[in-house]
Amino acid sequence: MVPADKIATPHVPPIVLHPLVIRITHWLNALAIFVMIGSGWRIYNSEPLFGFEFPVWMTFGGWPEVSQHWHNEEGLAGALQWHFAAMWLLFVNLLIYLVYGLMSGHFRRDFLPLRPREVVRDLRTALAGRLAHNVGERNAVQRALYIGVMTVIVFTVLSGLSIWKPVQFQELTAVFGGYDAARYVHFFCMTQLCCSSSSTSPSRRWCPRCCCR
Amino acid sequence: MSSLRKTDRRRFLKGGLSLGALSLLTGCDLTDNEPAQRLLWNMSFWNDRVQGWLFNPSRLAPTYPESAVDRVFRYNAFYPEEQAPQLDPATYHLELSGAIGDKRPWTVDNLYQLPSTSQITRHVCVEGWSRIGKWSGCPLRIFLERVEADVTKRYVGFICADGHYTSIDMPTALHPQTIMAFTFADHTAIELPLRKPVGLPAGTRSSYSSLRKFA
Repeated sequence: MVPADKIATPHVPPIVLHPLVIRITHWLNALAIFVMIGSGWRIYNSEPLFGFEFPVWMTFGGWPEVSQHWHNEEGLAGALQWHFAAMWLLFVNLLIYLVYGLMSGHFRRDFLPLRPREVVRDLRTALAGRLAHNVGERNAVQRALYIGVMTVIVFTVLSGLSIWKPVQFQELTAVFGGYDAARYVHFFCMTQLCCSSSSTSPSRRWCPRCCCR
Repeated sequence: MSSLRKTDRRRFLKGGLSLGALSLLTGCDLTDNEPAQRLLWNMSFWNDRVQGWLFNPSRLAPTYPESAVDRVFRYNAFYPEEQAPQLDPATYHLELSGAIGDKRPWTVDNLYQLPSTSQITRHVCVEGWSRIGKWSGCPLRIFLERVEADVTKRYVGFICADGHYTSIDMPTALHPQTIMAFTFADHTAIELPLRKPVGLPAGTRSSYSSLRKFA
């Protein structure tokens, strides 16, 4: 009998799926976007673009009752304060992420190349349930989603800047078609972020080989 | 006027007391507890500084042709339109206080004799709506010079007849598009439903109406 601890186990080198910097910036980014969307919904409510409002309990930014009592509105000032505070977390964090991604080769290695034909191919095989999954390797659909979501975040920031300072950044505001149009762009970017964060997170959780890493 | 002033003071006192009482209630809500509020205040001061750096005193807000003016503007206040204070131009006085050399109050006639300029700019409200309007009146810079205001101070404060009070930073106050408006859409302001003899649109910022007092 060979004692149990003497049985040779095949040595599996640990795979670093996501370096620490990426993990930290990812969750700080998630926090910033959570606060910005919650407060953004309350800001939206004070002048809705469409025929609906977000329920106040889903919004973020202090006691609506207090503001209702004093200003006859549902806490716009608090929401603005949270929005303009969280934007710095988003901005600084995004900057660290971008600099790291470019310098470390993370973007080049993991998100490129991006070829439309491969995206279509991988999407087809994935929908057919036949997409091979190599741990630590992103398929073309994932790469497209990563690049897509980053582009959306950049557009959210730019449209946000043109709403925040429509005089000082008036050229930028003009690029978006003026102040009113920039609000629509900002809103659609938000919608896009909501859709992608609610669809990509579960799709990754479902993979049994990745869920614990 | 004096009864109005008393109401205003009462409202300020009430507001101050209740804010104080409010600050005693802590820990009820994640977003209203003390560290969160401190963080927000610090971020708010930081944002003021950044906005100060971004502010270019010679950068003008875009102006529009007469045809772009929104004919139907928008009423906006924390009370319904019919509750707006009714001011009598015959007895109206604009009071001045603070770091100002000549604190004599101004009548409507005196104000209307000030040099006037006209501008068509987009009014952008913090609520998210915007309208293009035409305002005419005296650049605030000229008025501040006229009353020998100390323009090295950091802020100019305003108290309105409806109890609203606010302030703008000095660089904004001195901006060429910050004017004390006496007419809106070519109507003298007192003809408008709000009966405000003086409004304060700033090309670079949101504007305030029913001005009563500078501090």
